[in-house]
Amino acid sequence: MNVYDIIFYLFAAITILSAFFVVTTRNIVYSAYYLLFTFFGVAGIYVLLGADFIAMVQLIVYVGGILILLLFGVMLTNRITSVEIRSGSIHVVPATIGVALFAGILLASMWNTEWKSVDTAAPAATTQNLGFLLIHQYTLVFELLGILLLIALIGAASMARK
Amino acid sequence: MIQVGLNHFLVVSTALFALGILGIVTRKNAVMVLMGIELILNSANINFIAFAKFGNFGFQGQAMALFVIILAAAEAAIALAIVLNIYKTFSTVNVDEIDTLKD
Amino acid sequence: MTEPMMINLALAILFLPLLGFLVTLLFGKRIKSIYTFEIAIIILAFVGAVVLLFTKLSYYQNTDIVSQVSWINLGNVPLLGNTTIDIGILIDNISVLMIFVVTLISMLVHIFSIVYMEGDRLYNRYFAYLGIFTFSMTGIVFTHNMLMMYIFWELVGLSSYLLIGFWYEKKSASDAGKKAFIVNRVGDLGMLSGILLLYTTYHTFTFSQIFSQIAAGHFPLNSEFWLTVTGILLFCGAIGKSAQFPLHVWLPDAMEGPTPVSALIHAATMVAAGVYLVVRIFPLLTSGALMFIAVIGMLSAFIPATIALTQNDIKKVLAYSTISQLGYMVMGLGVGAYKFAFFHLITHAFFKALLFLGSGSVIHAMHHEQDITKMGGLRKKMPITYATFLIASLAISGIPLTSGFLSKDGILQGSFAFGSLTGYWIFAFVGFLVAMMTAFYMFRLLILTFHGEPRDHHKYEHAHESPFTMAMPLAVLAVLSIFIWYTPNPFNPEQGAILSNWIKTPQLVTPQDSRFNFMKSELPANVAVQQVTQNSEVMYSESYTQALEGAHIPSLLLSLTLAGLGILIAFSFYQWKKVDVDKLADSIKPLYKLSYNKWYFDEIYGAVFVGGTLLLSRALAWFDQYIVDGIVNGAATVTRAVSRFSGKFDNVVVDGMVNGTAYVSGFIGLIFRRFQTGKVQTYIVLVVFSLVILLFIFK
Repeated sequence: MNVYDIIFYLFAAITILSAFFVVTTRNIVYSAYYLLFTFFGVAGIYVLLGADFIAMVQLIVYVGGILILLLFGVMLTNRITSVEIRSGSIHVVPATIGVALFAGILLASMWNTEWKSVDTAAPAATTQNLGFLLIHQYTLVFELLGILLLIALIGAASMARK
Repeated sequence: MIQVGLNHFLVVSTALFALGILGIVTRKNAVMVLMGIELILNSANINFIAFAKFGNFGFQGQAMALFVIILAAAEAAIALAIVLNIYKTFSTVNVDEIDTLKD
Repeated sequence: MTEPMMINLALAILFLPLLGFLVTLLFGKRIKSIYTFEIAIIILAFVGAVVLLFTKLSYYQNTDIVSQVSWINLGNVPLLGNTTIDIGILIDNISVLMIFVVTLISMLVHIFSIVYMEGDRLYNRYFAYLGIFTFSMTGIVFTHNMLMMYIFWELVGLSSYLLIGFWYEKKSASDAGKKAFIVNRVGDLGMLSGILLLYTTYHTFTFSQIFSQIAAGHFPLNSEFWLTVTGILLFCGAIGKSAQFPLHVWLPDAMEGPTPVSALIHAATMVAAGVYLVVRIFPLLTSGALMFIAVIGMLSAFIPATIALTQNDIKKVLAYSTISQLGYMVMGLGVGAYKFAFFHLITHAFFKALLFLGSGSVIHAMHHEQDITKMGGLRKKMPITYATFLIASLAISGIPLTSGFLSKDGILQGSFAFGSLTGYWIFAFVGFLVAMMTAFYMFRLLILTFHGEPRDHHKYEHAHESPFTMAMPLAVLAVLSIFIWYTPNPFNPEQGAILSNWIKTPQLVTPQDSRFNFMKSELPANVAVQQVTQNSEVMYSESYTQALEGAHIPSLLLSLTLAGLGILIAFSFYQWKKVDVDKLADSIKPLYKLSYNKWYFDEIYGAVFVGGTLLLSRALAWFDQYIVDGIVNGAATVTRAVSRFSGKFDNVVVDGMVNGTAYVSGFIGLIFRRFQTGKVQTYIVLVVFSLVILLFIFK
């Protein structure tokens, strides 16, 4: 058990525990804060997988952008003074059974598959290589995603304005 | 304890995925449903990057993960706009009270 | 320029008009000036054609450039074996010359139409149609296989229908469009049968492969007779498109379309396609097929020429003269004067387009008056139109120093030589007769329109010379109707590059004993066909070359004399009025009536085909009323008896079953309704459960 393993278990624990709380906590604002920890944990896992750039993007976009958006959503829809900010759950029992079964099958099939597993060394310059990919092999996808973001921006604005 | 390998990451991602579905299914509030979706997207991302690293696919997996993050951003914006619209229409964001699909 | 570049250029020339068509059609309603785009496109295509012509003839004069792709791969088809259908383009001397003619005339027609069609309700759509017409014709020219030829052939049919019936509010115009379309279908049926016959025999549509297989001794149904039949069937397509006897009736009616369209149809696109088809399939024509073609060509040259003598509509005269000239070309091909026939196709394209555009200019000036008996004296009002029209008339009459003289004389020379070699003098005889008639009716038209005193003063006063965009195409075409472009010696076309180097008689692939004697190859039998097909000039046999040389001087003198005589008669009848024309017409009344009424072709076809159809349908109606109805009534009685029984059955058994079904489904619905909560999350839970079940099943 080396340092890498310890760090992995630490981040995995943070991720899964906080995700569990996200799902189970009754207060939505708390849920959002737990989600922050989940994202943070996932970012840590990215770093362990040698994807430092993605980890940074994860922190910036998810924590800085999406989470804030979600919080705005909470604030705008539950007018704090009047409406309950707590939110209950429904059909917990069948859902838990179904999801547990599902996860079990996933895990079983995962263990039974002989994955190709080459432990490659962490590359030196992820950002440069990623950028190269983006403007060579994935230029079209990149451009399309840019357009998609623009459309989403305009669409969201026009939908919310109505 | 065995060396941390591909399967460990896959277990984490499976757990995230399951929790995400649980969140989507059980929580009443529409914003909570969105959070569940974000969890699922994150689990998919972990898979991408883990497979790319252990399958030695270079940076393709990371590029995909990047695209997924971009999609998630767009999706969050649109979904929140939808939530606001739902709130204006039904005066609630509890998805279990919205059952006009039945009619 | 490398060969791939030329292929690309050819593709660009092919698809530019299609682009023009689509853009002009799509934006025609929104953007008023979109027609300029179509014109720019066609000018671009013309420039491309010039470049292609120049490159092909200067650097690749003896090399044909072919590019093909496998279009459809049907795999292993029962009875046929491995079946692939190739499409491709062929750039040889014939196709580059033709493409030059097509794009040039199309461009001039576009420019001419700017003013001519001004103010039309569907101005932009008109240009769009011109675009697809040009596209279709370009496809025919560049194709290297029968299938593409047929596809574009039908596209030409479609676009001609659109353009002839362009003023579809007019009943006569929409009828003419339909007539052209339907009459063409008759010929196309033959052509399609021919193509299918070729395909079932050779499993390929490509010309060169078909030819080499014929040369190797494969024939349809293993007999030379069926090779002749195939040639005749393919020629049927040309009969329809090139308005040959007996399917020529659509062409005069097609004059209902706008005049520039007539110019396009008659000169470059539609009717030329038929002759072009025969040019392409020439190597596989046996002596029997050639004889058939020559006879059809002769009849088509003669009958319309006699009709044109008496017509009074300026465009009708030109229409009949077109049929007659096309008859010349077809006859020329039939008697083996391949080079001259194709040469005539080119020269005729220029001067016939000129004649039609000139008549368009006159019609425009006379406010859509087309009756030449109401014109006259226009020479002073419209000097440019008159001068160019005069040049074209001289050319079509075969007067020296014009292009028409060169090519027409060549065909006459060919038929003369044919007569001397085979004894069938009839073709030469009719050819010379038609030459005289042509000279007569063209100058009758010219004199009645431009000379003498104006007969309709009101319209004459308002007549005016056409503006630049209409006069310019006339001038260009008039210049191209002069001999100098084709040969330095105005009396011998063979000295020019076009006949000596560019157009080459292809090597025949038909078996030796099914050719005319003079066409028999004197090459050693073991020389492979490919080595001689395209690159070396083959003039059949020594005896034919000698006969052709021997025919040169007599036919030249004879045709000159007869053309001069025809012009002289025209002048004495209509200019100097030495003979009272009406009296003359009275004295040969039956003949005059026959010609004036166009040999009653429309009436005969009306009686035979339309009347026949009516008769048939009347007989069928009688059959329906007495026999079919009787059966039906009998059946009704039986049915009633059966239905009474089945009514009982329905009430008891079927209703019981239906009610049972309804009860069961109601019960099931009661159960399943509980799942349909309308709540998204319930559905997701169900989805997860079903997924789990599926995973268990398909693990």
